Amino acid sequence: MSKIHVTTQVNGDAVEFLCEPDETLLDVLRDRLNLTGAKEGCGTGDCGACSVTLNGRLVASCLVLGAEVAGSAIETVEGVGTADALHPIQQHLLDHAALQCGICTPGIIVAAKALLVQNPDPSEGEVRYWLAGNLCRCTGYDKIIRAVLSAAAEMRGENA
Amino acid sequence: MPKDNGIGASSKRREDVRFLTGKGKYTDDINIYGQTYAYFVRSQVAHGTIKGIDSTAAEAMPGVVKVFTGADFEGIGGIPCGWQVTDRNGEVMQEPAHPVLAQGKVRHVGDPIAVVVAESLQEARDAAEAVDVDIDELPAVVDMKAALAAGSTKVHDDLTSNLCYDWTLGGEKADVDAAFENAHHVTTLDLVNNRLVANPMEPRVAIGKYDAADEDYTLYTTSQNPHVIRLLMGAFVLGIPEHKLRVVAPDVGGGFGTKIFHYAEEAFCTFAAKAVGRPVKWTADRSEAFISDAHGRDHVTKIELALDENGMFVALRTDTMANMGAYLSTFAPSVPTWLHGTLMAGTYKTPHVSVNVRAVFTNTVPVDAYRGAGRPEATYQLERVIDKAAREIGIDPITIRRQNFIKADEFPYATPVAVEYDTGDYDATMNKLIEIADIAGFAGRKAESEAKGKRRGLGINCYIEACGIAPSNLVGQLGARAGLYESATVRVTATGSIAVMTGSHSHGQGHETTFPQVVADMLGIDESMIDIVHGDTSKVPMGMGTYGSRSLAVGGSAIVKATEKIIAKAKKIAAHLLEAGEADIELADGQFTVAGTDKSVAWGDVTLAAYVPHNYPLEDIEPGLEETAFYDPNNFTYPAGAYACEVEVDEATGKVTVERFAAADDFGNVINPMIVEGQVHGGIGQGIGQALLEHAVYDSDGQLLSGSYMDYAMPRASDVPSYVVDHSCQTPCTHNPLGVKGCGEAGAIGSPPAVVNAVVDALADLGVTHIDMPLSPNRVWSAIQAAK
Ligand code: FES
Ligand code: FES
Repeated sequence: MSKIHVTTQVNGDAVEFLCEPDETLLDVLRDRLNLTGAKEGCGTGDCGACSVTLNGRLVASCLVLGAEVAGSAIETVEGVGTADALHPIQQHLLDHAALQCGICTPGIIVAAKALLVQNPDPSEGEVRYWLAGNLCRCTGYDKIIRAVLSAAAEMRGENA
Repeated sequence: MPKDNGIGASSKRREDVRFLTGKGKYTDDINIYGQTYAYFVRSQVAHGTIKGIDSTAAEAMPGVVKVFTGADFEGIGGIPCGWQVTDRNGEVMQEPAHPVLAQGKVRHVGDPIAVVVAESLQEARDAAEAVDVDIDELPAVVDMKAALAAGSTKVHDDLTSNLCYDWTLGGEKADVDAAFENAHHVTTLDLVNNRLVANPMEPRVAIGKYDAADEDYTLYTTSQNPHVIRLLMGAFVLGIPEHKLRVVAPDVGGGFGTKIFHYAEEAFCTFAAKAVGRPVKWTADRSEAFISDAHGRDHVTKIELALDENGMFVALRTDTMANMGAYLSTFAPSVPTWLHGTLMAGTYKTPHVSVNVRAVFTNTVPVDAYRGAGRPEATYQLERVIDKAAREIGIDPITIRRQNFIKADEFPYATPVAVEYDTGDYDATMNKLIEIADIAGFAGRKAESEAKGKRRGLGINCYIEACGIAPSNLVGQLGARAGLYESATVRVTATGSIAVMTGSHSHGQGHETTFPQVVADMLGIDESMIDIVHGDTSKVPMGMGTYGSRSLAVGGSAIVKATEKIIAKAKKIAAHLLEAGEADIELADGQFTVAGTDKSVAWGDVTLAAYVPHNYPLEDIEPGLEETAFYDPNNFTYPAGAYACEVEVDEATGKVTVERFAAADDFGNVINPMIVEGQVHGGIGQGIGQALLEHAVYDSDGQLLSGSYMDYAMPRASDVPSYVVDHSCQTPCTHNPLGVKGCGEAGAIGSPPAVVNAVVDALADLGVTHIDMPLSPNRVWSAIQAAK
């Protein structure tokens, strides 16, 4: 099978790549674009470790084909913040020690950011149900929920 | 005021910035130039004889480099078991061979038969489908009772039966039986500790590499203990000397026990890298993880508790069948025996305790340690039967526990099951629990639930665990085939910065943060001057790894010992620089001072002198400032605590909701409270998962029915509440220098009985006395109907 040529945008940068017709966006990000922040926890859309946004919509990149994303805008964890300029969600996760092994964290950050874009003032229940698509085996979730709620408050200009 | 540096400070985790920005380096993030990809052909049947394997078609497929079968591994060692249990008659356990790739027979769904190595994963996967395996299916042995019945099909033809061992611990049978005969009341309970899959969110990965010029091997692997893998694989499987084998476990995405063990895929990739002359990478997908990662728990138990007329415990007797699966995984035999039987006394003064365990081979994935390993199984039985007894004789569940507690002034306390608790205060944690769980407010909350048409229950649980597994001489007598010390090297540079090499491994525990806190505290310098090096056998010479909540208690103690040696030498150097006697030198806040004077030199002056020894006592000591220490403890540590869970049960649907959860733990001294809190949270989350959701289910043909996240219910954010946790009750461990006990497994041990006790409490007036985990709506609803 011949490869497909795709031009698209990732974290604001124009990128192009060749991929197999059946290659997932997750594999393209990890293996062709060297963006290894998104992880494969299941490959079946059940764990959220591979979460990215595609034109602003939260998706499981293991369920999207690389060939589908031509002309889109994709954001991965690498586009959310940097070590010197952490996004408030990242900063609050750090402050709460809301991660342990860290493997689920990129997906949680991307998913939480997508939530706060839609709903800047979520209730605890809304955060819990939104993040129910992201499995974390380490933390028992409590600190993640606290961190997202306090990041949301900061982003709304409260408790600055 | 809380500290902001050193022991007791909630220092922020330094490892987190790389994880938060997607820059963590996990094994699957590593790619080596020229690497090939391995895809495993696994058995689809639980039991069968391999009549033949034809790989000719596969070998001709595009991109295929080589196809390996069991024949390539003839004469090569099998996967070793690290623990040999001796049974009740003094005979050693039955120990079957465990080949890297199946030899003649397959014994569980997922048993590896052949491996295709190809240029790409896709090509390897396609070719794997073309490997023609001819198998004569045999009846599968799945149920433990059936496996032990006379005439059962045998999992291993060369063993006498499916019984691995029949083991016993505790009092003389006659004494225990007499205590039961004379007891005022006996409570009996049959229960199942459900089979679980550990499910770290990172599936296992192995990359093997062989360097023909240096004639050495490198294995990158998702392991909790790279040195143990080096030892087991190097010495027992592939025959590679330790200095020719480097094992690297970089960032590891969770372990929970299942990444302790040495797996066939590690040996395969290392072996195949030399055979094909290129690196070989294998990454498990999730469904493969379900049928190749060692599972956990899977005990079936009958427990009996005898009480006197005042509700005092007089004797305890248990009989357990423990599933080993098809082969003995690395530590499997130790889990139902020394990690389980020894904890059956719990926090109580029961004078007679007798434990019997039969370990059984079945045609299922091997079963081994999963977070808590044996201790959750012990706690669950004990705390369920106590709850049942309390209800039968009409004593409050807190009172019955309290009146049977070992009291704070009775330590050290030797139990009837071979261990001696050094310290504890169970009344203190119970008092703390009553406060933080607001037990007094339960009646009001119950009334509110009832007003909504829901039933509410309160479950109490007290656990004790043995952590910091060691000492080597004792575990050697108990059957361990390795030492269980830990080593540390503290390397101080000329500028005063420090690298601490530890054999412990961090895969979420935060060692990169907490271990520097310990060293910083001892030297009085800032934590930021200290870095931890771990996870690479070429950088850290020796180690035993991270499991059984041992890293701080054993690994941290080794760091303390090495740092003490550093301080002793640094004081000699400082004495020389200050022209004072060594005995007069004091170290505080990073300054060496002559006692009673204002003469001092800074840490950095001393470290510089160690490496630029122009003014140095060369006749007395060598230049340099680097020390190594090994620490082998003289007992286990015994964390303990009291937990409370409140649930609401919907009688119409059987749905259970955990409304409140509180944990009061005694971990001894605590280095970083914020990290400890996270460890407890995570354990509670997994324990609620075991109690309500998770179950690895096999059908009678040995097919795993719950082999994906569609079928195996993992706890999600919407399934769990917020937790109230406290670790202010601290009875420091008496025998390690930090006074620490370990906190990694407590939550997973303490929470399942609390949840089940709460559900039974909610349904008790209907006549429900027990429901086996997981308490799914179906099981709860059925129990309600059966009781009606
Ligand atoms: S890897 Fe995509 S959802 Fe799990
Ligand atoms: S931090 Fe390990 S899975 Fe979430």
